[in-house]
Amino acid sequence: MTLSPSVPALRAEFGPAVERHLVSCGDTIVYVSRARSHDVLAWLKDAPDQRFDYLTDVTAVEYRDPEPPLEVVYQLRSLARRADLRVKVALDQRAPLEVRSVVDLWRGADWLEREVYDMFGVVFTGHPDLRRILMWETYAEGYPLRKDFPLRGHFSRAEQTRQALAANPEAHYSLEELSIADAYDELPADVRERLSRGERGFLK
Amino acid sequence: MSLRTVEMALATPGLDADGQPTRVPLGAGTERGVYDDDFGAERMLVNIGPQHPATHGVLRLVVELEGETVKRCIPHLGYLHSGFEKLGEYRHYNQIIPLTDRTDYLSPMANNVGLAMAVEKLMGIQVTERCEVLRVIACEMSRIISHLVWLGTTGIDLGAFTPFLWSFQERERIYNLQEMWTGARLTTSMTRVGGLMADVPDGFDDGLREFTRTFPDTLREVDTMFTRNAIWIGRTQGVGVLTGEEATNFSLSGPMLRASGVDYDVRKDRPYLGYETYDFDVPIGEHGDIYDRYRVRLEEMWQSNRILEQALDRLAKLEGAPINVDDPRVILPPKSQAMSDMEAMIYHFKQVMEGVKPPVGEAYLGIENPKGELGYYFVSDGTAKPVRWRIRPPSFINLSSLPKMCEGALLSDVIAINASVDIVMGEVDR
Repeated sequence: MTLSPSVPALRAEFGPAVERHLVSCGDTIVYVSRARSHDVLAWLKDAPDQRFDYLTDVTAVEYRDPEPPLEVVYQLRSLARRADLRVKVALDQRAPLEVRSVVDLWRGADWLEREVYDMFGVVFTGHPDLRRILMWETYAEGYPLRKDFPLRGHFSRAEQTRQALAANPEAHYSLEELSIADAYDELPADVRERLSRGERGFLK
Repeated sequence: MSLRTVEMALATPGLDADGQPTRVPLGAGTERGVYDDDFGAERMLVNIGPQHPATHGVLRLVVELEGETVKRCIPHLGYLHSGFEKLGEYRHYNQIIPLTDRTDYLSPMANNVGLAMAVEKLMGIQVTERCEVLRVIACEMSRIISHLVWLGTTGIDLGAFTPFLWSFQERERIYNLQEMWTGARLTTSMTRVGGLMADVPDGFDDGLREFTRTFPDTLREVDTMFTRNAIWIGRTQGVGVLTGEEATNFSLSGPMLRASGVDYDVRKDRPYLGYETYDFDVPIGEHGDIYDRYRVRLEEMWQSNRILEQALDRLAKLEGAPINVDDPRVILPPKSQAMSDMEAMIYHFKQVMEGVKPPVGEAYLGIENPKGELGYYFVSDGTAKPVRWRIRPPSFINLSSLPKMCEGALLSDVIAINASVDIVMGEVDR
């Protein structure tokens, strides 16, 4: 049950932005304020005596009891120092679930943050490409790992089947995503409408 | 319309009046029938997968090509999403173990071990020595079969068929041993919190010893076939390169990270199951290309074989030692006792009806799986079902570097690079 030496260093550097800390099963957990989360993580990555250069994981936790806030969890590791630290950002569920993205610090955060967005609906501001990743882009049932999401989904089996059959997967080649948006914008409105319905092959 | 317009429908060649096949303009063009020689100005979208043998499962890649050069590669995931993490929140801890078989289904035993260890960390349980040795055997057997699948399928992707047969032949022998131990070849579910489902049966250690004796022959054959093979070298060296810094920044793990020259192996750096007492080396690449990933994985199989030999020696010394902790809160009493002894029956009932109950807290535990660092993160509120069960999926995170590796490569290299990541879609999509 040893406290990571990063915690006193963080407190000295950031003061009240470090909300609290605890040790659970030998792992040190630090809660930092949402407003300073990016600064804290950037400092942890670059400060010479911290050097948490490896982002092991990004995830989120929502508790069964609705009172505790939803938490975004960063598992940090320093490959050089062989040290670990878990940083948490608590998000009040009554406010919009938003936190600064850390993709600019660790490229590995790209898909991990997309997954948290997909499963919990947490918006990572500044993420270059925040889209759903495991669920499809038109998925309308909400965020599957939230506690208010029933195990079998919000929609009935019949509705899920109807939507799956009505979906046109070809429509999601996503012209925008493939940077032909410039060509797309020049198209007449009726052609764009046909494209959005998933029609292809009439553009010659 | 801009030159960058992409024609999605591919025209099919027909026959003209003379019975000759009509030509389909390659630069699927701005005007019908006009042959556009300026390939550089045109970009083509190629969709690979999800039903494509070289994507190793239901991965879909949309590749934007200029000529044959990849400008962008965009992976689309989720075709095998099963919601395991959600399902885990509705199950007892021991009931989650069968779910782990089905994530990385090429190394189910190692996943079982990781899950049991994460719950044991949450509960502060120290397993017995024999259990540790058996778990090491399970992990290293998994590493060998997983790397063998990687080797065989990557060989096929690059046009070599024979090593696939060799590697699947060897894999079959381990599968037979797994079947002998657990009764299942793939859905092993062989650990329990605090121990194992069963001890190894008679004849298992002889079978495994015979395997470790003869397996190096196959490794030597593969080595002869690939390591100095001009085609193999040509297709793999300098392709899909990631520097050590990039690999770290992308949070890669396992052979992908080590091939880029980063010396990090969970077994050495945060030892578990007594790995620090085994004599083995961790191979490190230097170029970070497909060839180094191949060398790293090949060498890891040699090292796993070494660990298996040592573990078998230890297992013989621990003959008859218990495999489960002596704690009726987590381990079921023997069936004979549950039928005759009141106290044992109560424990049996509580175990089956209520499950294992860890204290309030949370734990993250990462183990070195064949694909990389597999982490399980549990948050417990003191009940028998976790509040949150998170899988840190090594394949998923390793795959996120694919767009970066494919930039500027040739289309045929995309197949080779994707193979070198060693993904299992069951784990990527979970």
